[in-house]
Amino acid sequence: MVRNLVSMESVSKRYPGVLALDKARFDLRPGEVHALVGENGAGKSTLVKILSGIATADSGEILLEGKPLHLDGPRSAQDLGISIIHQELNLMPDLTIAQNIFIGREPRKLKFILNDSGLAAEVSKLFKQLHLELDPNRKVQGLSVAQQQMVEITKALSFNSKVLIMDEPTAALTNNEINKLFTVIRGLKAKGVGIIYISHRLEELKQISDRITVMRDGKYVDTLDTKEAAVDKIISMMVGRTLFQESPHIPSTTKQPVVLEVRNLNNGRFVKNISFKLYKGEILGFAGLVGAGRTEVLRTIFGADRLVSGEIFINNQKVEIHTPQDALKHGIGYLSEDRKQLALALSLDIEANTVLGVYKKFAKFGLTVNKKIQVAAERQVKNLSIRTPTTKQRVGNLSGGNQQKVAIGKWLTTDSRIIIFDEPTRGIDVGAKSEINKLMNDLIEQGKSIIMISSELPEILRMSHRILVMCEGRITGELLNKEANQESIMAFATMRN
Amino acid sequence: MQNRGFSRSLKIRSDALQRVLAFGSLVIMIIFFSFASENFLTIPNINGILLAATVNGVLALGATFVIITGGIDLSVGTMMTVSAVATGIIITNWELPIWLGIIVGIVTGTSGGAFNGVLIARLKIPPFIATLGTLYIAKGLALVASGLKPIYFNDTPRFNEIAMGTIVPVLEIPNIVLIFFFVAYLAHLLLTKTTFGRYTFALGSNEEAARLSGVNVNMWKIWVYVFAGATAGLAGVLISARLNSAQPSLGMGYELEAIAAVVIGGTSLRGGEGKIIGTVIGALVISTLTNGLRVLSVPQEWQTVVTGAIVILAVYLDIVRRRREAVASARQTTGDK
Repeated sequence: MVRNLVSMESVSKRYPGVLALDKARFDLRPGEVHALVGENGAGKSTLVKILSGIATADSGEILLEGKPLHLDGPRSAQDLGISIIHQELNLMPDLTIAQNIFIGREPRKLKFILNDSGLAAEVSKLFKQLHLELDPNRKVQGLSVAQQQMVEITKALSFNSKVLIMDEPTAALTNNEINKLFTVIRGLKAKGVGIIYISHRLEELKQISDRITVMRDGKYVDTLDTKEAAVDKIISMMVGRTLFQESPHIPSTTKQPVVLEVRNLNNGRFVKNISFKLYKGEILGFAGLVGAGRTEVLRTIFGADRLVSGEIFINNQKVEIHTPQDALKHGIGYLSEDRKQLALALSLDIEANTVLGVYKKFAKFGLTVNKKIQVAAERQVKNLSIRTPTTKQRVGNLSGGNQQKVAIGKWLTTDSRIIIFDEPTRGIDVGAKSEINKLMNDLIEQGKSIIMISSELPEILRMSHRILVMCEGRITGELLNKEANQESIMAFATMRN
Repeated sequence: MQNRGFSRSLKIRSDALQRVLAFGSLVIMIIFFSFASENFLTIPNINGILLAATVNGVLALGATFVIITGGIDLSVGTMMTVSAVATGIIITNWELPIWLGIIVGIVTGTSGGAFNGVLIARLKIPPFIATLGTLYIAKGLALVASGLKPIYFNDTPRFNEIAMGTIVPVLEIPNIVLIFFFVAYLAHLLLTKTTFGRYTFALGSNEEAARLSGVNVNMWKIWVYVFAGATAGLAGVLISARLNSAQPSLGMGYELEAIAAVVIGGTSLRGGEGKIIGTVIGALVISTLTNGLRVLSVPQEWQTVVTGAIVILAVYLDIVRRRREAVASARQTTGDK
């Protein structure tokens, strides 16, 4: 039996309001690629943050080569041979490759004077080991994501890392670049480096990993040998048993008229050839992993992002939407993922937020009629049972769930017929969550139509009449509620081309 | 691959453009004013231009570091004043040695910088607000300490010599000009050859990345403001030596002129890049322009208007350049797919 490079036992970590890790365990052998998988929020990131010194565990035991590991910051982890490559690469674009690799430990004369002369040669030597051809004196700015990743790997190598953690390394790479990355990873393996590999792309793990550990809700589920692990099995372990069995009677809506149709939408970057229809009185769920491009699609439809090509039809009429104002005019409302960003002005009161965007309706000769605004706001507070002492309350002082209701009230005031909900219940408590879900059902009963993005599969399954699944900027599947389950959605959500 | 090559060549072009731009406009200005007036290209006038660039230039050296980190320091103008007053109190009021006055002046500015640094790095007050507060504190202290009256150095003529004497007799270049160039050279070394300089760029380029790489970002940020304070202290000594008096009501507006010099010199307000040589040229551009317009008998009010226009133009060119870079790199990321 090979001695473990790393072993973590019953590691727990609590963040305010959430137990991110609940007695999790993990181990890593030298020269293996050990994949770590799980849904968003399963605790993978927290686990590797603890191992790389970015966060500290509340309890548990961590051993590095059999010895207890004590870290005080990311640098001490690096010095002990543990390096992490984050999904958002952490390089300084204005510095050169060599300067980036040696940041914080530059060769010096007299403590403060830089001695850069040997730097480039040192980096070239490391590049040669990885069979890379890059100029160490080039600035990082302008390097492709793949190249930047190679710089990070080189940096890890320069610390003589024994443990290399990679968080979604292939998320932004082309197939060609992925193959190159895998070659480099295999080279590191041969040197005895242990690699912790976090990825949502289960097919990819088959190619590169030796073992797979599944996590769910901050807990360790199981570790499998990759050879014996079937993708279906991993998926069912990831999502676990369905907690929400309640399945409301969801009527079929395809007999209804089409209120919104999108044809071949492209945003010129990530989102490719999106086509779909939305029926009157329907909740259309957009499922997929974080970063699949769902928000981008709907922001483009709402006019918040640029539409490069494609057509949008509302009630079978072709419309041009270039700005959120255009979308508003055509009766489309958007509740953003980040409530602060698009939907609400937190420093203003409920009244101001309710009529934001439709001030004209409440104005006479260019002056707002405050009485009318107050009446409209009070109506929404009552309808949506927003818990607030008065309509003069600043929205920033309300709870998350109530803020979300104010945002909904705003779109109701604008008479939106199509409302886009982007992660409507993220970060709000269960009570408010069910209230908002009920509200959405009320809205469709009034004949409005809803598009809902949610990363919570139970919510998608509970609420949607139809489900579109996206992966990497494309729609990879469409399911009716009755034929959908977590497994079938996850299969589409991880379907790479 | 083609796109990548494209973006690289574009980058080189735009970098070179920015570098040449400030210098080129300086040359063009000199040529223009030389033809416009025969009084322009004379040794006394050139010395006048250099002289006018010195105090602002010294302030701008510190401001360059601050701006490269992505911060801003609005307090250097009045910090200069309070340092000048401190020097005056030591030398004139207390009749202590000149060297002590100089040290106290520089230390005054330096401690003000440390105060800024702590506010910004430890208390996380945004640089704009923190240094705006310090601006007023320093202005008030200068007035209080001086009793609202200028302090003259009439009993110590050697103090004025430090700025206006000529150690090097050729061309009659005042010492203050040589001091400016010398300090600029030191600042250049500091920025390019030391860990302090490296981390200054790192902070402005991606502070989080620097932190995760084990760089003590708070400490270095404090040092950056300490350095800016030190240059303000030095500027205070120099301006009082040059004027032979410490003027407590002077100073407001100097911070903006220093920022203008930095920006004209091609240092980006976004942070992450900048050069001392650019700042020196930026300071010279401002003083040449002011001087040339004066030689052409353009009223002072209009000189100020033109300076403002130049600042806007310089920042606009910076924005255009960035936009082009952003487009190029966006094309690259999608083009590769």
